[in-house]
Amino acid sequence: MPTLNDYLVLSAVLFAIGTAGVFVRKNLITILLSIEIMLNAVNLTFVAFGRALGAADGQIIVFFVMTVAAAEAAVGLAIVIALYRHRESLNPDSFTVLKW
Amino acid sequence: MLLLIPLLPLAGFLVDASFGRRLSKSIAGGVACAAIVASFAVALAAVFRLVALPPDARAIVEPVYTWIASGDFTAAFTLRLDPLAAVMILVITGIGSLIHVYSTAYMQEESDGEFARYFSYLNLFAAFMLVLVLGSNFLVMFVGWEGVGLCSYLLIGFWYQKQSAIDAGKKAFIVNRIGDFGFVLGVLLAFVRFGSLDFQEIARSAATLSPETTFGTVSLITLLLFIGATGKSAQIPLYVWLPDAMEGPTPVSALIHAATMVTAGVYMIGRNAVLFSHAPATLTIIAIVGAATALMAGTIGLVQNDIKRVLAYSTVSQLGYMFLAMGVGAYAAGIFHLYTHAFFKALLFLGSGAVIHALAGEQDLRRMGGLRKELPVTYWTFLIGALAIAGVPGLAGFFSKDEILFRTFANGHRLLWVVGLFTALLTAIYMFRLVFLAFHGSPAPAPARPEHPEEEEPAAHGAAGHGAPHGRHLHDAPPAMAVALIVLAVGSVAAGYIGLPASLGGGDRLAAFLAPSFTVAERPADAVERSVEPGGDREAEAGEASRGLEWALMTASAVTALAGIGLAWIFFVRSRTAADALVARFPGVYRILSRKYYVDEIYDAAVVQPIRIVSEDGLWQGVDVRIIDGAVNGVAETVGGASAWLRRLQTGSVRAYAASLFVGVVAILGYYLWR
Amino acid sequence: MFDLFAGVAVIASLLVIAQRNPIYSVLLLIASFGALSGLYVLLDAPFVAVIQIIVYAGAIMVLFLFVVMLLNAPHEMTEEDIEHPLAIVRSGATRLGGLLALALVVELVWALTRHGGESGVFGNAAVSSVAAIGRLLFTEYAFPFEVTSLLILVAMVSAVILARREGGPDAAPAGLAEPDLSRAPAGTEGDR
Repeated sequence: MPTLNDYLVLSAVLFAIGTAGVFVRKNLITILLSIEIMLNAVNLTFVAFGRALGAADGQIIVFFVMTVAAAEAAVGLAIVIALYRHRESLNPDSFTVLKW
Repeated sequence: MLLLIPLLPLAGFLVDASFGRRLSKSIAGGVACAAIVASFAVALAAVFRLVALPPDARAIVEPVYTWIASGDFTAAFTLRLDPLAAVMILVITGIGSLIHVYSTAYMQEESDGEFARYFSYLNLFAAFMLVLVLGSNFLVMFVGWEGVGLCSYLLIGFWYQKQSAIDAGKKAFIVNRIGDFGFVLGVLLAFVRFGSLDFQEIARSAATLSPETTFGTVSLITLLLFIGATGKSAQIPLYVWLPDAMEGPTPVSALIHAATMVTAGVYMIGRNAVLFSHAPATLTIIAIVGAATALMAGTIGLVQNDIKRVLAYSTVSQLGYMFLAMGVGAYAAGIFHLYTHAFFKALLFLGSGAVIHALAGEQDLRRMGGLRKELPVTYWTFLIGALAIAGVPGLAGFFSKDEILFRTFANGHRLLWVVGLFTALLTAIYMFRLVFLAFHGSPAPAPARPEHPEEEEPAAHGAAGHGAPHGRHLHDAPPAMAVALIVLAVGSVAAGYIGLPASLGGGDRLAAFLAPSFTVAERPADAVERSVEPGGDREAEAGEASRGLEWALMTASAVTALAGIGLAWIFFVRSRTAADALVARFPGVYRILSRKYYVDEIYDAAVVQPIRIVSEDGLWQGVDVRIIDGAVNGVAETVGGASAWLRRLQTGSVRAYAASLFVGVVAILGYYLWR
Repeated sequence: MFDLFAGVAVIASLLVIAQRNPIYSVLLLIASFGALSGLYVLLDAPFVAVIQIIVYAGAIMVLFLFVVMLLNAPHEMTEEDIEHPLAIVRSGATRLGGLLALALVVELVWALTRHGGESGVFGNAAVSSVAAIGRLLFTEYAFPFEVTSLLILVAMVSAVILARREGGPDAAPAGLAEPDLSRAPAGTEGDR
């Protein structure tokens, strides 16, 4: 039987994978995908803890997290589209206007 | 009531300073003259009240308000009228009034605003001088002391468009300040030593001491105070400002630099007579400095060609006499000479002013001559003044100067007496050189072009249509000026008689009147009144022998004076070329004298230049620019440099930001887990 | 069952970040979500599991797919190593990223399991029927619920505005014309 720890370790691993993806990838869209991975890892943690504590609150929070993730994905992609229009590139390194 | 005496001129100052530009000249001048004349009236009334008191209780004290009350220390603004102050306020307000009236005519050609400014300064000066002499403690006196210095600066530099006038004003103020530094130190030391700044209290404390045999605290205090006096009263070494101060209008020279401000130092010593009597070392120094100054100034005055400069050096010389008197302990004699000197020196200055006014700004003696016929009133009054200062018997100057010389001799200072006598000879010579060159002989060949114009106004001189500014329009002094001249001339003759010595049949009334000021007001317990004038005891006992001595010395003085006049006559009337021949024989001596012993040059090299170099190169460049600015700018540059370095964090690269976020999370998480 | 789902999730995620082609990344992520959904079922949270499929896999990933296809992000644009002054963002970044990820895993595991990895915590079955969740949602969490609707509104509006073309809806799409294969890829001549 999987214990709580198993779920937690899994979500930690997923979270780390997501973070590595944000850092390593050079494609804006892929970066956003990695963020989604991270969010999902967190969702998993919430549900696992909710189940362990015997309350449904964990799921409620997941509900909200998903909503926010959806909103964020939408806006993020809109920004990516706008940026692409501006520079025709999806490489984050080509957006250095904020450089000193 | 005492407060009114300085308050009235102060009110005049306020009116003329605030509204002067909008007032007509007659109103502005009228306000100022009314203020000082009213002050004279009040002073007269106050003196009458004073005289009505018995001699040993002759003092009117008027506390005005408590100025400083801090912990244990209180300093009150209190005015005190005693015989010494009475003489001073009468001189200040009386002669001051005459000079104010004279000025209304002399300054007539200034614009309305300038006219009012002049009178506002004049009134302010009178107010401060009165505060100086009426103050009952060092603090109030110091207020007046500084105030008259300020007004002197303002008035010397009155024609501020002229660079030489500005420079002279600054020089006067700065040299004064140097003296004032010594003065303040003396006051502070006195406070430390005696615990009070009040004159009476200090005198009482000092009277309990015995005169110092070595150079102790009291000697130091008095020496510091005397340094202040040398600045204010133009003695060696701080006299150098007075000749330059002639840049100011002539009535200013008459009032401030002859009759009143420069006498502040003498007054101060008189005020602290008890204190000074306990410091014989300082008194000796004072006497020597006084005599030396008198001699030195006399020699310089012999070769000056500017009419006002001659009078300026004459003033320095006569002040030397006063300090000589104070130094030998003859305080009353010093004050007596102060009083008579005020009359005839003011007269001489005002007379020279009339001459300059008539010659439209000419001040060079070599271009004058024969004015005797064209300016009679001026000539006769001037002559009286000259006779008085030379010490011709019968006039005021004779009595006061002779008194000083007598006291000097009688108190054992033979050498100083010789110096004093010789200086009297010089005085007669240079004074009558001036008279003869200016008023006798034939008029100067060409119409004088003003080389040292006193007035910068290009407007026509006088309202009566006298014509172009150059050229001689020789009208004698206008009524306002003539009145002053005549009154002063009468004073120069008559004023001396209240000091007529016993040996000539008089009662020496002035000295008797002044004596209480130079002693300590006795507490009821003490029975014996201690006088600090050595001469007083001596006169009581000496009797005939002293009389004879006095007669002999008087004769010597009179002969000297007449001899001096005679010498001047020979050189400057009989054959004018004789003087030039003498100059040709001793060119070196002449050069030294006419360059005033190069004192100004010495001061410049020894004092001014080193200070300037230290200030400019050392302090300004080194400290201010390099160190202070360097530090401040350095801080700014460091900040700039640091931020330029830190700026590089803003790479603009999103991934770099993400990286730093990532690293931060790991680090923080690790930190918390570790704990 | 747990191991199956867990393994799928992890491997799919790894592949997501390793793929060059973004389309593959999206599809792999959908697979990962599926596995997660299975895990939710195992955790007695059927509601969340379904929602995961409907919202995440069904809506958000579809959106991603749309955008990827719209922007025509071909793989040639993904891994272009544009020279960057900061060395850290070149391929050494991959090494650093891996290292940091490892560190993160270790830390997180440690953090999460510190207080007892009690086995069999899953004792009683949780009360997680849809009705129960609904009840909670509309009573205790009513306020966040309403605020979330506001959030969605804002997101909608901003997405529309941000993605709008310059000059109105009828203007010519700038930069979104057919890729002109005669030109060099835009990224190589991008400004620094």
